[in-house]
Amino acid sequence: MASTTVTTTSRTPSSVHLTLGGRRRIGHTMVHLALWFGVVLMFIPLAWTISTSLKPVSDIYLFPPKWIPNPVRWENYREAVTSIPFMRYLWNTVVITGLSIVGKVASVTLVAFAFSRLQWWGRNVLFMVMIATMMLPPHVTLIPQFVLFKRLGWIDTFLPLVVPQFFGGPYLTFLARQFFMTLPRDLDDAARIDGCSSFGVYWRIIMPLARPIVIVIVILVFNGTWNEFLMPLIYLQNPANFTLALGLRMFQGEAATSWHLLMAASLLTMLPVLLLFFTAQRYFMQGIVFTGVKQ
Amino acid sequence: MTAASRELVRERPPRRRSWRKFVRKNYEGWLFASPWIIGFLLWTLGPMIASLGLAFTEWDLLSPARWVGLENVNEMLRDPLVGKALKVTTLYALVSVPLSIFFGMSLALLLNAKIRGLRFYRTAFYLPSVLSGVAVALLWRWLFSPEFGLINLMLSYVGIQGPSWLGDERWALPSLVMMSVWGVGASTIIYLAGLQGIPTDLFEAAEVDGARGWDRLIHITLPMMTPVLFFQLVVGFIAALQVFTQAYIMTNGGPNNATLFMILYLYRSAFQFFRMGYASALAWVLFAYILVLTVLIFRSSSSWVYYEGEEKKG
Repeated sequence: MASTTVTTTSRTPSSVHLTLGGRRRIGHTMVHLALWFGVVLMFIPLAWTISTSLKPVSDIYLFPPKWIPNPVRWENYREAVTSIPFMRYLWNTVVITGLSIVGKVASVTLVAFAFSRLQWWGRNVLFMVMIATMMLPPHVTLIPQFVLFKRLGWIDTFLPLVVPQFFGGPYLTFLARQFFMTLPRDLDDAARIDGCSSFGVYWRIIMPLARPIVIVIVILVFNGTWNEFLMPLIYLQNPANFTLALGLRMFQGEAATSWHLLMAASLLTMLPVLLLFFTAQRYFMQGIVFTGVKQ
Repeated sequence: MTAASRELVRERPPRRRSWRKFVRKNYEGWLFASPWIIGFLLWTLGPMIASLGLAFTEWDLLSPARWVGLENVNEMLRDPLVGKALKVTTLYALVSVPLSIFFGMSLALLLNAKIRGLRFYRTAFYLPSVLSGVAVALLWRWLFSPEFGLINLMLSYVGIQGPSWLGDERWALPSLVMMSVWGVGASTIIYLAGLQGIPTDLFEAAEVDGARGWDRLIHITLPMMTPVLFFQLVVGFIAALQVFTQAYIMTNGGPNNATLFMILYLYRSAFQFFRMGYASALAWVLFAYILVLTVLIFRSSSSWVYYEGEEKKG
């Protein structure tokens, strides 16, 4: 081993045959091939779903299958939204999601403001308590919460789904607080000298600067609420109150032949998330990195 | 300013005379934090205490709750479905979490190779993971459909007669694991961010020492990534132990309880059989189980997680 000759230009013996650039190019081609294989695997399920959603019933069970629907039946989508009260479910989902976003953003930023920009007795202890509740699995409180909402007469209304959103939440509060901590404190002091109240500092100074983190919170809440299943399942009983997630099950009970409609409705349900993803991809990624790495 | 902050550092309520001053100085913080404080009492602390009490009762929401002491615990020990649910849930977590970490990390390493089109690939892999919930569960039910599902069609191309997946007791759980790997893209983004945070001088030093690609992966990249991997392991386990939607929509626990996840059993006990006491006891058992597993993972971490800047004791 000690007698390995040290050449001045090449680091590895094989580079005698191939230049470094050539080796890298071959390496990169392999990487691209592997990645493309992965991309295809990832997208086959979606492509197949789109294909199913545009086929006439008779073509769904063909063998070998047709990947490109012919004729393309756009009517499937119209049928899908009319065979269940899709618009009703959509409206319910929009209302619940919208109110949840408003409640979460308002409460989380206020609490995060208290935990980052104000000095008060008990702050550190309460912050530790909040962090500790992050480890609590939500299902432990599920049953007593149900009993509480039942006593309040809130079953089969949106209230159990929406009202708790107005009381903050440890995860997102922590996220917002970490962001607020990075803003220079001189801003607060200057504003206070100019006569700003604490709420003024929150509203005029911090919130305008907090736009990036607010967008991340909006996206996380939107995605979570839009897809939420267990809570609506427990609290909503009258089909007129169903969300999209609940309503999609309506197809399941029907004959096995409605797969094309079910896939059309599923795709329509995913569409808002997809649109948001493509318009705000950067913030999606920030959200996931914030929550994943920064702990 | 200095006097005031010193007073705060002591963090003790002062005596009567300055009580008013104390309130004036602190009420704003409590006011701003009140949404969470009230929410914590209403939706977390209160229900937790109630849940603990309920675990010792029998209650169907109609007749008054009856105190039964440890009867629920006794019944759980005798109930074969509890053991089954714990086994199913644990098995799912034990397979799906390491598998997701492996695929997520491999993808991130490929993406980190300074190749062209990074943005495209990143988007492509990330996209499926933002989709979740009922729509995705239904999509996969269609893919797993035994006669006309895509997976068995593909298998038939290569001459394999596929199983009936979700309808087969042996294949139902592996099917759900396969589906979980589809959402690997989210963790890939996290790993990629971690990889890009590794100081380059480490690699330069290694290159001077003659370390090749594989050595660098084993001796630099992976050790530097262990904090991120550790965090993903913990988060992944906790999430995997709380699976509900897929099991409810795709298999409803079947066939023959092969996919009876803990939360699904809890849901049934509470909202189909209306056994609030028993379900509360189940919730606490699952909580304790998650806690024990998390502690075990944390315990193990000192032997494999490397924190930069932490002195190793010799």
